[in-house]
Amino acid sequence: MSDTMTAGTVTITSGDGTEIEAYLAHPVDGGPRGGIVVIHHMPGYDAWTKEVVRRFAADGYAALCPNLYHRQAPGAAPDDAAAAVRATGGVADDQVVADVKGAMDHLKALDGANGRIGVIGHCSGGRQSFLAACSLDLDAAVDCYGAFVVNDPPAERTNMKPLLGLAPQLSAPLLGLFGADDNFPGPQETAKLAAELERLGKDHEFHTYDGAGHAFFDTGRPNYRPEAATDGYEKIAGFFGRHLSA
Amino acid sequence: MCTYLTEKIEIDASGKTPQGWTHLTQATVYVDHPVHHPQEHTVNIDFINPDRGPAARVALEMTQEAAEALVAAIQQALAAAPAGLASAAAAASAAA
Repeated sequence: MSDTMTAGTVTITSGDGTEIEAYLAHPVDGGPRGGIVVIHHMPGYDAWTKEVVRRFAADGYAALCPNLYHRQAPGAAPDDAAAAVRATGGVADDQVVADVKGAMDHLKALDGANGRIGVIGHCSGGRQSFLAACSLDLDAAVDCYGAFVVNDPPAERTNMKPLLGLAPQLSAPLLGLFGADDNFPGPQETAKLAAELERLGKDHEFHTYDGAGHAFFDTGRPNYRPEAATDGYEKIAGFFGRHLSA
Repeated sequence: MCTYLTEKIEIDASGKTPQGWTHLTQATVYVDHPVHHPQEHTVNIDFINPDRGPAARVALEMTQEAAEALVAAIQQALAAAPAGLASAAAAASAAA
């Protein structure tokens, strides 16, 4: 199979009917293939997130990241967009779900799509990955160190809802990748989530890495931990391989 | 972590953005991930003018120590100058 891929910005229609930009990458040849929705972190639709999208395309998937900040900051640099959205109260959970739904529909309509869709997010995107998997019909979900899944979100963020109560609606197997030195989410919080999913009989697989804190996948940040990130990517590859195959 | 917490104030200021000098009307202050500074969390300040778009922004990312020193330096500078010298209210009454 060729390793040639195509990658670039496309326009997709969110689940609420709004047209937004999104970054799409997929192999040129091959298929059928699964699709992966990548939810960007709070710093936005940035270069690192686009690298993650291309990484999944290199693994043989069609991957798509909706720009959650496009409505409020079309055409803006990612850092300016993130600041503008933050100043107006942040992205609402309902919009996240709509944008992920739009991304799922776009992926399912691509040539070579096998109809199976996973979702992954880091940091705030990790929380939103869990939110999406409790709100939409997905085939696999990955939460990389998402805070405020178990603990309630800050009271000032009235457009973010508590999520643990949504766990009975979790539609897909959940892979959780966390750092033992992280406080948000801390090991006690992720252990509580694991216990709740166990109680509900929900398929889940959690790994907590010693010597790693928050954002250990993020190559551009001081918290990058190559051992944890390398093992984490192996876990992700296996997880998506099992759940997104035709 | 993403703190999600943001302090926002109205300001009357000018700042130099990539498009040149512009009027700035708001400032947001938050402790969260920086874009550029080589530290996992920093004190971030965005001086912005939402009416002029997301790029109308002067951004700062600094350590907690730098932020605390900046607060103290501002207070010291104001205390050292004649009272009200930089006040918008004083400027308005002088012009009247």
